[in-house]
Amino acid sequence: MKILYFAWLRAKIGTAEEDLPLPRGVADVAALLAWLKTRGPGYAEALKDLTAVRVAVNQDYVGPEHKVRDGDEVAIFPPVTGG
Amino acid sequence: MIKVQREDFDVGLELDRLTRGNPHIGGVASFIGLVRDMGGTDRVTALSLEHYPGMTEKKLAEIEAEANRRWPLDASLIIHRYGRLEPGDRIVLVATASPHREAALAACHFLIDWLKTDAPFWKSEETPAGERWVAARHEDDEAARRWTARK
Repeated sequence: MKILYFAWLRAKIGTAEEDLPLPRGVADVAALLAWLKTRGPGYAEALKDLTAVRVAVNQDYVGPEHKVRDGDEVAIFPPVTGG
Repeated sequence: MIKVQREDFDVGLELDRLTRGNPHIGGVASFIGLVRDMGGTDRVTALSLEHYPGMTEKKLAEIEAEANRRWPLDASLIIHRYGRLEPGDRIVLVATASPHREAALAACHFLIDWLKTDAPFWKSEETPAGERWVAARHEDDEAARRWTARK
């Protein structure tokens, strides 16, 4: 799966994009975020307050219960501030 | 029509293009967003706009389709810039055209309200104290939510 990070989440995690195999035991967005948190201090810091985090799968907003599959494009970012 | 671009746009030219050749259009409403300098210690010297290529266009097209579903529009346009911008620079243009003003004005208001909460753009500000990410405003969520009550 492809994972994209934007704005301060990208800055804290230190990368804009990574390609990963779907981690074992991860079936939904909530589990994916929990798994990412364990990947290092930057991830833990970026994902410590999930109320400040939005997730899109294949370019649509989704909730924590949304299922994820290998091959998905998952984007993780703060609430949007355009306009 | 949706345009996501680094370059500036000419408002007069864009509005002219929107209505040219369609004599049914009786009114055009537009909103232009500019980079604002807050002044004082929060003085913003520049703004950087980041976006999610692909999803940005998709979300803007969905918002535009929804406006066209709700109001009888003859034409609509959203232009949103990204990259580094300075105070006074144009960020966004929303324009709607309809036989009558009510639909054009309401649809334009709807588009800018929804764009602010749905389109994946993020602003960071350069200030004398350093660079900082702009936080989402609760008022923007409220403004967008107003439109969910009236279908």
